[in-house]
Amino acid sequence: MNDATVQQLANEVRRGDRRALARALTLIDRGGAPVRSLRRALAGYGVGSLVGITGAPGAGKSSLTTVITQELRQRGMQVGIIAVDPSSPLSGGSLLGDRIRMYDLAGDSGVFIRSMANRGQYGGLAATTLDAAMLMRAAGFGMVLLETVGAGQSDVAVVDVADTVLLVEAPGMGDEVQSIKAGLLEVADVIVVSKSDRPDAPATLQQLRALVRMQMDSDAVWSVPVLPVSALRQTGVAALVDALLAHAQWLQTHPVTWRQQRRQLLALQRALESQLRDAVQQLPGWTTALAQLGQSDSDVLARQLLEEFVVNGFTKE
Amino acid sequence: MSDVPIRVLVAKPGLDGHDRGAKVIARALRDAGMDVIYTGIGQTPHMIVEAALQEDVEVVGLSILSGAHMTLLPKVATQLREAGLGHCVIVAGGIIPAEDSALLTSQYGIDAIYGPGTNTDEIVAFIRTTVAARRATL
Repeated sequence: MNDATVQQLANEVRRGDRRALARALTLIDRGGAPVRSLRRALAGYGVGSLVGITGAPGAGKSSLTTVITQELRQRGMQVGIIAVDPSSPLSGGSLLGDRIRMYDLAGDSGVFIRSMANRGQYGGLAATTLDAAMLMRAAGFGMVLLETVGAGQSDVAVVDVADTVLLVEAPGMGDEVQSIKAGLLEVADVIVVSKSDRPDAPATLQQLRALVRMQMDSDAVWSVPVLPVSALRQTGVAALVDALLAHAQWLQTHPVTWRQQRRQLLALQRALESQLRDAVQQLPGWTTALAQLGQSDSDVLARQLLEEFVVNGFTKE
Repeated sequence: MSDVPIRVLVAKPGLDGHDRGAKVIARALRDAGMDVIYTGIGQTPHMIVEAALQEDVEVVGLSILSGAHMTLLPKVATQLREAGLGHCVIVAGGIIPAEDSALLTSQYGIDAIYGPGTNTDEIVAFIRTTVAARRATL
C-alpha cells in the first residue's frame, strides 16, 4: 500500500467512514511503513479523550465498558471501543470474546468496537493500541474506551497511553494489604468498585476510599473518586460517566502535572525494560541460557547475558 | 502477508443456544494461529454484518442448529455483500440437510458447509487455502 493510498484512507477515516476505519485499524495491527504514513496523515486530528479500563480478570471490565457506553450514547456521544485480549503463546492465535458481554451495543451505529490480540506484549496492552485510539479519535469519536487484558497488580502499561485510567476493583478480592501494594492503585484517576450490588461491596468501597486519601499527595489537584457501580442493576453509572468527563475537562486546564511526569518516567522505564529484553533475546548466549534453565541460577544467567550484551552491543538484524 | 494472522468472526445467528460447536471451532482456529472474534449466541444478520465490518475480518463462520439456515444464512451473505464485504469467506456449520447444503453453496453465496463430526483440520485447511487465494486477488 503506497503513501497516496494511505492518505486517501486517512481522509475517509476523518470523514467518519466506518469501513475505512476498520481497514485502517487492520493496517495498524499489521505494522510497518503504512502505520508511519497513517500517523503522519492523522497527526493532530481528533479531540476525544482516551479512557483506559483496567483491573483483574473477572473484575467486570467488559460489563462496565458496556454500561458506560450506553450512558455516553444517551448523552449523544459517539463511542469507540478497543478491547484487548491475550494471544496464545503457543499458536500466536487468539480468541477475542469481549463482544459477548457487549451484546447490547451490537448494531448501534454510534458505537464502533474493535477487538485486538495483544501479540504477547507485557502490561496488558497491545503495542498498537495507541495508534488504534488515534484512528478512532480522528474518526470523530467523543470518547474512546480501551479495555485491557485482565491486569495484575503491576500491569500499569495502561498509563502510558490513556488520558484517564479507570481502575475496576471487584468486592472481596483480597484484604487491605493487596491494595496497599504499589501498582495499579497508584496510577488510577478514577476507581470503581464493581458489582456493588454484592453485600461485601460497601466494605471494599470504604477501604479503597481510606487508601486513596492516605496516598494522595498534598499538592494533588485531582482527587481520585472511588465510586460504586453495579452493571447488573445499572446503578452508579451516571456518576461514573460524570467523573470520567470531569477528568477529561480537568486535563484541559492541567496539561502538565506531577502525575504526567511520573507517567512519562514510567513509560521510559517500561520501554527500557522491553527494549533490553528484546535486545538480550537476540544474543547468541540467549539460546545457551535457555538450555541451562533449571540447572543454573537464573540470577547468574541474567548477569551473564547482561555482560554479553555490554560486550557485543546490539545484534544487527 | 502469510504471517499475518487470519481474522475470523465466529457467530451464532438466530435463536438456538447450542454453542458447543461454535466454541470448539473457535478454539481450533485459535490453535491454528488465527485471531478469532467470538460474538456468542443470539445474533441477527445485521449484528453479524456490523461486527464483520468493524473487525475487518476475512472469514465469517456461522453456526446454526435451529433449522432456520435457509432464511438466515442467505440474509447474512446478501447483507455482507451490500456492506461491501463480498470478499469475506463464509463458512457455515450445524445441522444442515444435504439438499439445503447444495443450494446454499451453489446459489446463496456460502463457501463451505460442515456438519457434525468434521475434522477441524479440514476446516482450518479450507480457510487457509481460500483466504490465501482471496488475498492474492485483492
